[in-house]
Amino acid sequence: MSKNKSEYLINRHDNQYEVVIGLEVHAQVTSQSKLFSTSATKFGAEPNTQVSLVDAAFPGMLPVINEFCVKQAIKTGIGLKAKINKRSVFDRKNYFYADLPQGYQISQFKDPIVGEGKVILDMPDGQKEVGIERLHLEQDAGKSIHDLDPKNTFVDLNRSGVALMEIVSKPDLRSPDEVNAYIKKLRSIMRYLGTCDGNMQEGSLRADVNVSVRKKGTKEFGTRCEIKNVNSIKFMQMAIEYEANRQVDLIEDGQTIDQETRLFDTKKNETRSMRSKEDAHDYRYFPDPDLLPLEVSDDFIENLKSEIPELPDEKKKRFIEKFKLSPYEANILVSDIETSNYFENVIKKSDVKLATNWIIGELFAALNEKNLEITESPISAGNLSKLINLIKDGTISGKIAKTVFEQMMEGDKDPQKIVEEKGLKQESDPKALEALIDKVIDDNRDKATEYKSGKVKLFGFFVGQVMKVSGGKANPQLVNEILKKKL
Amino acid sequence: MSDITKQSLSELVENIKSKKLSSNEVTKAFVERSEKSKELNAYITEDYANVLNKAKKFDEKPNLDLKLPGIPMAVKDLFCTRDLRTTAGSKILNNFVPTYESTVTQNIWNEGAILMGKLNCDEFAMGSSNETSFFGNVQNPIDKNLVPGGSSGGSSSAVAAQLTPITIGTDTGGSIRQPASFTGTVGLKPTYGSCSRYGIVAFASSLDQAGPMAQNVKDCALLQEVISTYDEKDSTSIDFKRNEYSKELTKDIKGKKIGIPKEYRVDGMPKEIEDLWKKGIEYAKDCGAEIIDISLPHTNYALPTYYIVAPAEASSNLARYDGVKYGFRAEGENLIDMYEKTRSEGFGAEVQRRIMIGTYVLSSGYYDAYYLKAQKVRKLIKNDFDEAYKKVDAILTPSTPSSAFKIGEKTNDPVSMYLNDIFTVPVNLAGLPGISIPAGHDAKGYPLGLQIIGKAFDEQNILNIAYAMEEKINFKNNITDWWVK
Repeated sequence: MSKNKSEYLINRHDNQYEVVIGLEVHAQVTSQSKLFSTSATKFGAEPNTQVSLVDAAFPGMLPVINEFCVKQAIKTGIGLKAKINKRSVFDRKNYFYADLPQGYQISQFKDPIVGEGKVILDMPDGQKEVGIERLHLEQDAGKSIHDLDPKNTFVDLNRSGVALMEIVSKPDLRSPDEVNAYIKKLRSIMRYLGTCDGNMQEGSLRADVNVSVRKKGTKEFGTRCEIKNVNSIKFMQMAIEYEANRQVDLIEDGQTIDQETRLFDTKKNETRSMRSKEDAHDYRYFPDPDLLPLEVSDDFIENLKSEIPELPDEKKKRFIEKFKLSPYEANILVSDIETSNYFENVIKKSDVKLATNWIIGELFAALNEKNLEITESPISAGNLSKLINLIKDGTISGKIAKTVFEQMMEGDKDPQKIVEEKGLKQESDPKALEALIDKVIDDNRDKATEYKSGKVKLFGFFVGQVMKVSGGKANPQLVNEILKKKL
Repeated sequence: MSDITKQSLSELVENIKSKKLSSNEVTKAFVERSEKSKELNAYITEDYANVLNKAKKFDEKPNLDLKLPGIPMAVKDLFCTRDLRTTAGSKILNNFVPTYESTVTQNIWNEGAILMGKLNCDEFAMGSSNETSFFGNVQNPIDKNLVPGGSSGGSSSAVAAQLTPITIGTDTGGSIRQPASFTGTVGLKPTYGSCSRYGIVAFASSLDQAGPMAQNVKDCALLQEVISTYDEKDSTSIDFKRNEYSKELTKDIKGKKIGIPKEYRVDGMPKEIEDLWKKGIEYAKDCGAEIIDISLPHTNYALPTYYIVAPAEASSNLARYDGVKYGFRAEGENLIDMYEKTRSEGFGAEVQRRIMIGTYVLSSGYYDAYYLKAQKVRKLIKNDFDEAYKKVDAILTPSTPSSAFKIGEKTNDPVSMYLNDIFTVPVNLAGLPGISIPAGHDAKGYPLGLQIIGKAFDEQNILNIAYAMEEKINFKNNITDWWVK
């Protein structure tokens, strides 16, 4: 039942259409230097300051593979539970463009470095497996800037030659929500591995989105359109929604869909034809004769396997089993490596249950409000851990803890100090409490008499009075106990 | 010494080391002779003032432990040389001055040699007669009307005419061995991966290889030991133990097994070539070698294979010359228009022809029929050699199917021009070393060369065979200084 509810279908007249989506994600490899040269890859540098003779394709310059990038690609393959190809080949993809200095992009065509793998998505109605077709290494192109001059185009080659991983999914995705979950999961895995920072604003993660539609229940795929170079999850979702509806309208209108490449116009929120299949480039792929086939040994791969950290799926399993977290809680805490690191640091010295609640509840809400990432949290894991311990050992109540927390958010202060400075410590000394309670009973003789004569509801009044007189610091549990005896 | 330029490299090195000659004297002699030899058109760019300065500097503090102490040298204009224009014989690089040095030339300068200038060549090394150069054709010092061969035509002409004691060329399908053969000089194409391709303007990456061109085998061996180094900057460079080829050079080739491939007896081969080959076999026997008939069954397919593989790679390698970053640019209405005009005006006809062939054979729908098939045949050709080398140590063939032809004779017949590479091309396809040595003259008195093909990395062996045969052949070039002004 629940499965049907979340199914993404497009209804037209009496027909229901299913949307089929496959993604080609371009993920920039986290690396100090480029795929075939030693130039730096820092984002935001002055134009053309990170360009070597190789990147600018000077005569006689030759590419030399960056071993680190190869390792990063293989690690990513391992993270995608994929087949690592011990022999892969770099090909030239030939086309002319001003920001492509060589006149070809070095990519992998027939023999990619990573073969089939999979990604598990946690959807509201259960898990879903998305197949990975392949992962290959390729160079990025430079950047053409058309809007700085009315007549000329400027070219920035800083990106030229930067290593990208193209991760091609199988056409297994069925809704914008699944695309959202897929991209986030892929990003999460790569961030755990340290192979791609996943920063979409900086263009470290982009995708070409293949969309087709078919009547529900049909086995054959419809004709697909490829939406090029979409650089945010939101735009991907919007583009899919627009494109799927466009295709359904065409079918309902008795027309056919042309296989073509389209662009998503983020301002008009629509996809537009870029080139038809007939106009598709003939890239004249052939093995790059400047590079030998890339061969890696079993040992090389095994060594990399030993460097693979615990990945989100495994971590989630461990959190559930070891810390008795709910799948929901575990999912949230493992979704990115920084959050899980923070969580694990907090619980090193404090109660898991309280820590989980405080991180997912108070902390996330406070960070959200300030628009901060977990890495920018004003409260360090160590101090949050201290706060939780103050609650746990009864030094402060949960209510007071919220006040302390608010102050901690203003700057990473030691909660112990805040409690001391502001005198927020919970009063748990039975003698002191007794004195307080005696006074309250004394001041409210008439109510005490009423209570004793059977008006038990008045117990709450006395608790409230004690708390009020104590300035909220009285240990509520002890107050209860003593009051019961005294009344 | 008035006969400085007549000396071989080895003699010059000897004389400089023993201080009988200074670098300045040697350099001046070669510069003066080069200046008097402009008619040959061997140079594209001269750097005489600089080289004379460098010679003086060398003499001030001579390091005589180097292998090429203060030796002036002109090199093929396909090698990028720092601060000196490098054109590849093309208009499209007419104004290109590299900020970097090719590994091969750097190796040469590291051993004390100094650069005199850049030598003419076919445009992007595409040609067999040096007639495709944007800078005009080069004359063969043997005869005014003869081509010097190609693509290293400036290099062969300059060595034969003694404008430079020695030089380097590049060989993609015969571009060192054929011009050596046409000019009565020695040219070695080393094993693919022996000399770094870093900083050499690329023609066909899987075939290109730099090598020495010299007046004799010993000089050739000396330069080979200087230029051949493993280079991390070239992914196809091979890390193998390199000999000190000149030191280990020996004429003792007794018992070496030399194969004679029957498939190299091609239809229509002039009798003079057949006779030369027979003579070569006799010389080899005289040296104590054993002659064995062998078969290289796929030889026939080498030329068509080469003319698919080489243009395919070239079409991609030359895509970078687009007018955007460096070199010649023709103004255009828009990017596409600029590309079209730049490449139409910047490249000559032969280069354009090969780009078109290469683009065609890589196109989808044709790739399998041409490029893929050619790669398979290439493997078969290599297998032929592997089989043959189970029985023999080296292979002896003519270098070319004819002596040097006349300037303009084949310019309108590209296929007949391509046929000139018939004996040299298989060696590139198989990545093997091959050396051409002058072995005789035809009826017109033009030089003819013999080619010795070796196993991969076995340069020492073919140099030894060449060295032994050189003595028996005792070749003398008939060169009058007709061009000297």
